[in-house]
Amino acid sequence: MDFTLKKEHEMARTLFREFAEKEVKPLAIEVDETEEFPRATVEKMAKAGFMGIPIPKEYGGQGCDILTYAICVEELSKVCGTTGVIVSAHTSLCCDPILTFGTEEQKQKYLPDLASGKKIGAFGLTEPGAGTDAQGQQTKAVLDGDEWVINGSKIFITNGKEADVYVIFAVTGMVEKRGKMIKEISAFIVEKGTPGFTFGTKEKKMGIRGSSTYELIFTDCRIPKENMLGQQGKGFGIAMHTLDGGRIGIAAQALGIGEGALERTIEYVKERKQFGRAIGAFQNTQFQLADMATKAQAAQFMVYKAACTKDQYTKDHKTSYNVEAAMAKLYAAEMAMEVTTKAVQLHGGYGYTREYEVERMMRDAKITEIYEGTSEVQRMVISAALLK
Amino acid sequence: MKIVVCIKQVPDTKGGVKFNPDGTLDRAAMMTIMNPDDKAGLEAALRLKDQYGAEVTVITMGLPKAEDVLREAIAMGADKGILVTDRVLGGADTWATSQTLAGAIRNLEYDLIITGRQAIDGDTAQVGPQISEHLNIPVISYAQDIKIEGDSVIVERQYDDRYHVLKAKMPCLVTALAELNEPRYMTPGGIFDACKAEITVWGRANLVDVEDSNLGLKGSPTQIAKASDKVRKGAGEKVTLDTAESVDYIIGKLKEKHVI
Repeated sequence: MDFTLKKEHEMARTLFREFAEKEVKPLAIEVDETEEFPRATVEKMAKAGFMGIPIPKEYGGQGCDILTYAICVEELSKVCGTTGVIVSAHTSLCCDPILTFGTEEQKQKYLPDLASGKKIGAFGLTEPGAGTDAQGQQTKAVLDGDEWVINGSKIFITNGKEADVYVIFAVTGMVEKRGKMIKEISAFIVEKGTPGFTFGTKEKKMGIRGSSTYELIFTDCRIPKENMLGQQGKGFGIAMHTLDGGRIGIAAQALGIGEGALERTIEYVKERKQFGRAIGAFQNTQFQLADMATKAQAAQFMVYKAACTKDQYTKDHKTSYNVEAAMAKLYAAEMAMEVTTKAVQLHGGYGYTREYEVERMMRDAKITEIYEGTSEVQRMVISAALLK
Repeated sequence: MKIVVCIKQVPDTKGGVKFNPDGTLDRAAMMTIMNPDDKAGLEAALRLKDQYGAEVTVITMGLPKAEDVLREAIAMGADKGILVTDRVLGGADTWATSQTLAGAIRNLEYDLIITGRQAIDGDTAQVGPQISEHLNIPVISYAQDIKIEGDSVIVERQYDDRYHVLKAKMPCLVTALAELNEPRYMTPGGIFDACKAEITVWGRANLVDVEDSNLGLKGSPTQIAKASDKVRKGAGEKVTLDTAESVDYIIGKLKEKHVI
């Protein structure tokens, strides 16, 4: 067992860190304050190839692995959780399902523009009555001639209004399963600008405030029949598979937020003086830092393990990574919340002000325990595997 | 068009310079980076490649670990990397370094050689022009802009308060300033390719038309007695006066400083 990263991953980390420090960090406070999507940063990331890291070169991507993508999200999130999730949602929730379940035509049509960052991707599963319970879906798609007609709405959609390509889930009928009639869910690719596809409310959020979180509204929205993603009725499986991968991205985001807060705190406790000494000289501070660093390190191992397991799946299409992804997200998210909370505490009153970045990081951390499966859902996934 | 870019792996002086007790640089204690002026030179070459089509070869002399800087250059878009490394080349000053690089470049076809103006660990600005002397080709130093016109290169050479536009027939050598451009980032895919790329490694035996007496520590006329952190040059003073007043002003200043 070798815990050292390969040369390409070390070089990639150097690249992501340099980019994050130079291009992302200076804007993080402003992005949070203004709640504006960092479009210029996304354009720079697109130019640098960050929007298509694990997409094969034949579809215009970088041809790298999931581990490289996870390191990218980690490094971006160290300085700005918003920027981290933009890449994560785009890559894991839109590019990945098209790459995994799309027809060759769909891949050729959508992936090159997504991988180059010319277009941004999003994913619409959650509805007012359907979050963790995907069976609560109300959005319907009905086949009319050569077109699917979609009606319904999706909420809390990351990259909402800024995206161009959306992977959307809708009920396409009822099927019998173990003697019960259940909803048949299918996946679709919907493009921005399709008549009948509009945007509703922009969410005002606690954290990751620069990410564009919108309601998507479909009113007799007609899309070509060939825009169904995967087979009819396989939508639930596609959604779950996609979220398994997405959890690695969010786990990497949580990891980065926790590590970022730790870095800021280490700098702060060396400088802040109380009772004539830097507060880092007090044993309480030292022990807190030791716990924070240990948990961040553990989270990093789990995130990288999950990423490497998904890379194995990419090669053999057999290896299961859902439990690794769930564990990584569960642990990294709870680590991020704990570490950022301790970071604020160690900053004292200053940590409660927006002048210090740990305040934002604590707000950004909370969502990682909620989206792409709450911590409770991760526990369900993990325990289900234990007890099957 | 074939472009050769000379690059150097240098200690990152951003976090301060660390010295050994004997006054030499403590390289082990510092992170390494691609020398900023060289990176600008590489970016200039890559832009010429984007614009006109070119094969860009990067070359460095250094320890085996200097291979990293070649891979970084390939991850940015360079086509080939050549590492010149050999024990006998160690301890080289600018003379021995330029002899070595010229000896290596004699193996290559080139239209344009680009070097950085100077390296942040030595600040001599001598190696580039010396290479051109050894290869008997023209040099244009301190380039702030590089264009190609037919078989010539047109360069804006920077001065403190103006620039000169110079045209030289290729092959020629240009030394680049960090201010020349904003170097591109490596791409993730470029990094993966760069890590798989084969780096050509040359030693003493591969150097063409170079005497042993011009190589390494033995071939170095200069020896470093002591190194110290750079004292930044001041911004200077600009005055707008007519000719007679200017002369009086300068004479006054020189007297004030007891120069005359």
